[in-house]
Amino acid sequence: MASFVQQLINGLTLGAVYGLIAIGYTMVYGIIGMINFAHGDLYMVSAFIAVTCFTLLAAAGITSVPLALTLALILTVAFTSAFGWSIERAAYRPLRGSTRLAPLISSIGMSIFLQNMVQVTQGARVKSIPTVISGGIDLFSRGGFNVHLAYSQIMIVLVTVALMAAFTYLITRTSFGRQQRACEQDRTMTALLGIDVDRTISLTFMIGAALAAVAGVMVTVYYGVVDFYIGFDAGIKAFTAAVLGGIGSLPGAMLGGLIIGLIEAFWAAYLSAEYKDVATFAILILVLMFRPSGLLGRPEVEKV
Amino acid sequence: MRAAIHAQHPVTVGERLRDAGWIAFVAFILGIPMIGLVTVDVGGKLVVHTRMPLLVAFVVASFVIRLVLRFVIEQLKRRKAERLARAPQRQTAARSLLKPLGWLLASAALVLPLVFSGNRYVVDTATTVLIYVMLGWGLNVVVGLAGLLDLGYVAFYAVGAYTYALLSTQFGWGFWESLPVAGGLAAFFGLALGWPTLRLRGDYLAIVTLGFGEIIRIILVNWTELSGGPNGIDSIPRPSFFGLPFKAPSDGGAQTFAGFFGLDYSPGHRVVFLYYLILVLALATNLFVSRLRKLPVGRAWEAIREDEIACKALGINVVNVKLSAFALGAMLGGLAGVFFAARQGFISPDSFVFSESATILAIVVLGGMGSQLGVVLASLVLVLLPEIGRDFAQYRMLLFGTAMILIMVWRPGGLLSRREPTLTAPAGTKAEAKP
Repeated sequence: MASFVQQLINGLTLGAVYGLIAIGYTMVYGIIGMINFAHGDLYMVSAFIAVTCFTLLAAAGITSVPLALTLALILTVAFTSAFGWSIERAAYRPLRGSTRLAPLISSIGMSIFLQNMVQVTQGARVKSIPTVISGGIDLFSRGGFNVHLAYSQIMIVLVTVALMAAFTYLITRTSFGRQQRACEQDRTMTALLGIDVDRTISLTFMIGAALAAVAGVMVTVYYGVVDFYIGFDAGIKAFTAAVLGGIGSLPGAMLGGLIIGLIEAFWAAYLSAEYKDVATFAILILVLMFRPSGLLGRPEVEKV
Repeated sequence: MRAAIHAQHPVTVGERLRDAGWIAFVAFILGIPMIGLVTVDVGGKLVVHTRMPLLVAFVVASFVIRLVLRFVIEQLKRRKAERLARAPQRQTAARSLLKPLGWLLASAALVLPLVFSGNRYVVDTATTVLIYVMLGWGLNVVVGLAGLLDLGYVAFYAVGAYTYALLSTQFGWGFWESLPVAGGLAAFFGLALGWPTLRLRGDYLAIVTLGFGEIIRIILVNWTELSGGPNGIDSIPRPSFFGLPFKAPSDGGAQTFAGFFGLDYSPGHRVVFLYYLILVLALATNLFVSRLRKLPVGRAWEAIREDEIACKALGINVVNVKLSAFALGAMLGGLAGVFFAARQGFISPDSFVFSESATILAIVVLGGMGSQLGVVLASLVLVLLPEIGRDFAQYRMLLFGTAMILIMVWRPGGLLSRREPTLTAPAGTKAEAKP
């Protein structure tokens, strides 16, 4: 029981991070119908920026945790959004209107580029920072097993919930959200109505990048270790989450992220840590066999 | 046309400078966290160092490159537009060059080991190119012809390689006996994966195949009793020349290749033999696939790529046709895997990672989907590029990624995007068609 609750906590934390990254995939897929392979690497870039920020802030003598966290978050989000904007502008916008696979290959190229750029400029070695948020609460203990809820886990879940609320508001209530959803449905018609489609797509990439950046900062705080390869793994998991929830659906991305986080935590704890990824993909295949559009996705209506 | 070009408002120097300035500004912003600042491990603790001169150099370089590149591209575009305006029929002339180019490449491939007989490195690299050509032709069936996005192709490559490795090291099977078994097994894996998932729409299929590729890799890493785990399988026997091994002649031992033909033993013989072996395998693949394209099933693949609903309406069993493409592509991947294992003599899960799938897919797409010759050109580019870049060791993959983006942006349809129609109406039938 105690270990079950502990895995539940760990799984939810991990799932929140996957969910945040998955939203970037799902939004980009929704609006331009492409799988953005470089998104996971953008998350990795943001984690490196976060490491630099935390180190700088510590050197500047800022010891207050909330202040350091807020500043690091703002800086990382700003820089990563700039990366998101530039990537779209340089590698994807010239390919708009060509075949479906062209931007996919371009994004694979971008993913290779980002991984090696970080390797060349920041070094290939693992970087670790001192713990930012230490401590936690011991919820209860049973049978000699302490259920520990770290403050960093609380922070991750709280930030994710707050961000999801703000983000849902942005998409459903604001004028930008309406434009974004209109572009998803029909880009030509939206352009005819006087909406700058390119700008909307750019903003979508920036928002996706910003969410990935938040995930990057939180993972840096949670684990304290980053290397240039974390983007691939997280990217594949988040993409799986987006597909599991139904690609194009925002609540689906979050749900998919949580499910995958939980599967990983429980599988690693009770069955085998080596095969947790096999379990994730096997469950994805099973779900898609019975619900071909994912859990919350709407089935695509094909017009002839 | 000329007038139209001049009618566009000419770009002033001020505008060019402003544009390049904007790029330099973006480069500055992006450069701050990556180039300007670097975290360095000093005595177990991270310290931030600044690299301002490097950042300045990067910003200036971006400014100059943007300025020059934009000017050059505009000039080239204008020339091309003018040329097109003068001679619009030039396009067709370029197309008729493709066939001779194919023959030229094939004959060059044939004589390559003779020309570079002393140069093992060249023959080795050419062998690698041919492996990718074969993989590209295999994946081309799935992606280029049937239009199914497969991101886990390397799984079938791995199945083929491990099948041969296990059959030869555990049961003493030879290369040629293992070849059909491995191909069949890979095709079976293709069917096993395709049967439940081929009903999915394109992009869902992509993630499922990606997941499958990862599953196979993870199993290979962790199932140590079968696959040797991360250490892989070594001392895999090399293929022999109709039973004649490539070995130094031993006294009273079995007949060897060099001994049989009365040649002096040289390790280069095997390299050249392996080269011709993969050349034959690749050419057989090409012949096989281009024949299949003319059969009903091949036509059905391309029809499904173009319009699945129309195919259903015409009574084509879409699932079976897709499965056949999937299984066939998997089989070809498996065959290439057997060769890979036989050539390397050692395999480990490291050779079958996702980036390998991505490279093969990139070869198909960069070549121009469905174009057999395009696959050859793209393999040449993607294999030789990192080889050329070997001198810049750490910048190698950086250049590789950049080149992938640039080629895609330059030619979104691939290097050879114009496809020959596989089916043309015989002359005269159109006029006779009854209403």
